[in-house]
Amino acid sequence: MATVRIPPVLRSSTGGAKEVGADGSNVGEVLRSLAEAHPATQTQLFGEGGDLNRYVNVYLNDEDVRVLDGLDTTVEDGDVLVILPAMAGGCR
Amino acid sequence: MSPSGADYIRQVKEQISEIDPAEVHGLLDEGVALLDVRETEEWDAGHLPGATHIPRGYLESRVDGAIPDRDQRLIVYCASGTRSALAAKTLSDLGYSDVASMTGGITLWKDRGYEVDQPRKLTAEQRERYSRHFLLPEIGQVGQEKLLDAKVLLLGAGGLGSPTALYLAAAGVGTIGIIDNDVVDLSNLQRQVIHTTDRVGVKKVDSAEESMKAINPDVNVVKYDFRLDASNIMDVIEGYDVIVDGLDNFPTRYLLNDASVRLQIPVVSASILGFDGQLTVFKPYDGPCYRCLYPVPPPAELAPSCGANGVLGVLPGTMGLLQATEVVKLIVGIGEPLVGRLLLYEALGATFTELKVRRDPECPICSREPSEITDAEMGVFPDYEAFCAAAG
Repeated sequence: MATVRIPPVLRSSTGGAKEVGADGSNVGEVLRSLAEAHPATQTQLFGEGGDLNRYVNVYLNDEDVRVLDGLDTTVEDGDVLVILPAMAGGCR
Repeated sequence: MSPSGADYIRQVKEQISEIDPAEVHGLLDEGVALLDVRETEEWDAGHLPGATHIPRGYLESRVDGAIPDRDQRLIVYCASGTRSALAAKTLSDLGYSDVASMTGGITLWKDRGYEVDQPRKLTAEQRERYSRHFLLPEIGQVGQEKLLDAKVLLLGAGGLGSPTALYLAAAGVGTIGIIDNDVVDLSNLQRQVIHTTDRVGVKKVDSAEESMKAINPDVNVVKYDFRLDASNIMDVIEGYDVIVDGLDNFPTRYLLNDASVRLQIPVVSASILGFDGQLTVFKPYDGPCYRCLYPVPPPAELAPSCGANGVLGVLPGTMGLLQATEVVKLIVGIGEPLVGRLLLYEALGATFTELKVRRDPECPICSREPSEITDAEMGVFPDYEAFCAAAG
């Protein structure tokens, strides 16, 4: 099982959890099992064609999965996935 | 019988290596370290280019920090070659393996017509004010002069801008520009520590200036009491050495990115929400730009503002000071700036996470030459109109 770090804007979709465990042998499977357990994350992570939304960055450990094999990147037990959308705030 | 002072100096000179100024001149670009062991007033009157200064009385206590490598080739000089001979002996005793004293000192050097660097004359008040920087070999007088000569632009005098402005002013950054068209509101004071209760209703740029000047009257504060947009951005940011981004919206972040890449100005960027912060340095062409990291903005529902979602009051302090630290590093040229790395801070768990950020070889902006980026392209991003409409 991999650990998925949930960004602040998605935590309302995971019942407030900052980290969620999810199964899968690659990045796509892990994120899809996250979306199954927490359906509200589905449209935020994936576009209509099933691809990762371009405004969501996903890192396997510390590396952007787009420079690895994208959703096909192999995930080992104990790996950490970080989901990172851009944040607007500078706070006026 | 004990030797006389002159005898002792003669004995020391027999035990060390000496080097003629002509030979030193030929070695200036060869990676030798030059060490000036004269007093501060002498150093201020002029010194060899690129030299490090440690008065002889502080040699033993400061040399480890200034020249940590014992095998570094080291040339010591003073005014005439006597104090440097004694210092060279001390350095040999400390284990420095390749030390020589320059014969005739800087006096002979100047007689031969070689160049001398004339440092800026700092006032006694400045020496006292920045004394803790002077003690750091990584900063020292040279680094402090870089800070005093630097021009830093702060985008916003809000949560992130407040601590950044205060500390950069304290550090002696010579020119600090601030752009903000807001006025101080009571709800700002939970985090915007540059403003005060009695200045509610005052323009933020004026309030910020008052606080910065109160800390350090050396600082020249340049105020821009308007919003940054495509029509003014190039005029505002041109000439600044570093930009500190504490912006609160995506369209301006993209605009800033494109303009700063075009002018090749590094941007120290942070964003915050709730208990979470992000920080990175976008140094054009050295590392990725904002568009490499975030090619398209998220839809509005995934990008709430602090005004809508709230923010822990101390969080912009933490992130703003990390920004200020990166600014100082960039100006002085020390350490490893946070280029190509994104730092995430989560306050409740007290965790830092570092992620790699790569340059996108197909980045619409920074994959091209600065001169190829046109006015019409700046700040444009996919679905810009739709984004702004959705964001209201």
